[in-house]
Amino acid sequence: MNLDQAVEMVSATDAGMVRSNNEDSVAFDASMGLAVLADGMGGYNAGEVASGMATAMIVSEMRSALAGSPSAATDVRGGGPAAQNLLRERIVRANASIYQASQSQPQYSGMGTTLVAALFHDNKVTVAHIGDSRLYRMRGQDLRQITKDHSLLQEQIDSGLITPEQARVSANKNLVTRALGIDSAVQPEIHDYDTQAGDLYLLCSDGLCDMVSDEDIGMALQTLAANLRLCAEQLVQMANDNGGRDNVSVMLVKIRRDYAAPRGLLARFFNWLK
Amino acid sequence: MAKLILSLDGLVLKEYALTKERTTIGRKPHNDVQIDNLAVSGEHAVIVTILNDSFLEDLGSTNGTLVNGQPVKKHFLQNNDVVEMGKYKLKFLSEQGGQAKTDFEKTMVLRPGAMQAAAAAAPRSFADTTVNQAPAALQAEEPAAPRRPEAASAQRIGMLQILTGGNAGKEMELTKPLTTMGKPGVQVAVITRRPQGYFITHVEGAQFPILNGKTLDAQAHALNDHDIVELAGVKMEFFFKA
Repeated sequence: MNLDQAVEMVSATDAGMVRSNNEDSVAFDASMGLAVLADGMGGYNAGEVASGMATAMIVSEMRSALAGSPSAATDVRGGGPAAQNLLRERIVRANASIYQASQSQPQYSGMGTTLVAALFHDNKVTVAHIGDSRLYRMRGQDLRQITKDHSLLQEQIDSGLITPEQARVSANKNLVTRALGIDSAVQPEIHDYDTQAGDLYLLCSDGLCDMVSDEDIGMALQTLAANLRLCAEQLVQMANDNGGRDNVSVMLVKIRRDYAAPRGLLARFFNWLK
Repeated sequence: MAKLILSLDGLVLKEYALTKERTTIGRKPHNDVQIDNLAVSGEHAVIVTILNDSFLEDLGSTNGTLVNGQPVKKHFLQNNDVVEMGKYKLKFLSEQGGQAKTDFEKTMVLRPGAMQAAAAAAPRSFADTTVNQAPAALQAEEPAAPRRPEAASAQRIGMLQILTGGNAGKEMELTKPLTTMGKPGVQVAVITRRPQGYFITHVEGAQFPILNGKTLDAQAHALNDHDIVELAGVKMEFFFKA
């Protein structure tokens, strides 16, 4: 099933005002309904290598998994857990490749990346994330952070040590507790959420949410939803205007209309013919 | 390393470095910071330090703990906070106060177990002056610089006055980072407020905004004092507030 008509995706990424290189990577395929964003870390250009490997591998492997056999794709699209397993498998494989590269090549030693991936299917979105890259949802007037960071700061908030307001000025923003490619095993957090026509999803690296308040992010999404490209550029620009201390990447996904998976045998057959 | 400066009536008595994960404060001699005064409880408060962050917690003291004049039970200490117990004052100074670090907020992975390792390694390194044996991920970690400066508040405020149509004469202040104008679905433009000034950009619709008689393209255009904007047949003047 081609989601081209149902979801609209754009992305924007920038090195920011301070860093010389961009260690963020973004990749998407609107026809599959897949968006992947990664924020790499590690010396020299290893961060870029890790994030680039993660996004490219997940998108291309997902493409072959979904396009290889249409019937398998339909099954996958039909059931939530199937989509979760599919996504988890790609992430585990990407993790293995990055880890292997970092072990075998000294210049890549210790590289890793955060990840947030969203797979839209059957009026749902399956969200996987590792680290502090985030997914937000704008529904009507309401901006909500869907993912919860895997970071020391989030753990401090959860344990009641500090409030979210205090977290904004904390010095420990940069410590993530999970990452892709730093260990032989990885534990992505994966959940399903229902989508509605008109929803606007934002995937972003910490370069955006550290520099721009949720309130301003919400305002940009609200006022510029009609022009996604401009909206993405505006978000990057706001992060840079506020100092742009980190690489900033954003990806926007707008749900134009419903995209329920065909259920009946006949519908499946016609879908297969397409 | 963050530190505490103990003073009484403006007179500095002692300085304490927050090297331990738990720094206890109280009247009894076993405390790390001992204040021998009856207004101070035996075990009055504790400061828990995790990497760069320090948290103050009152341990149910009789006379309470104030931070910057406010009574607190639990408090996330900020640079220059003043903690009061009885007549004694403890000023908290964080290590990165005033330091400008170039490599800001490089994302690092904190592996499980690193915290315990760091907590174990830190006191050891101070006692024996051995090499800090914290894992590489922690050694490489840079303390973050203070938060970003707020957008220049001295920036001039732009205004928009509607010149034609039903709302002629109406004025609005452009104080928000984004202000949209026009009819959704027909023609919409946005005025963005940036440190460099104000910019107008086309958002949607077949018609593009007209600036001083010239039709704009899809790019953002800077707005100058007394520019005339035409949008969906309505003329507006942009100017800076006197």
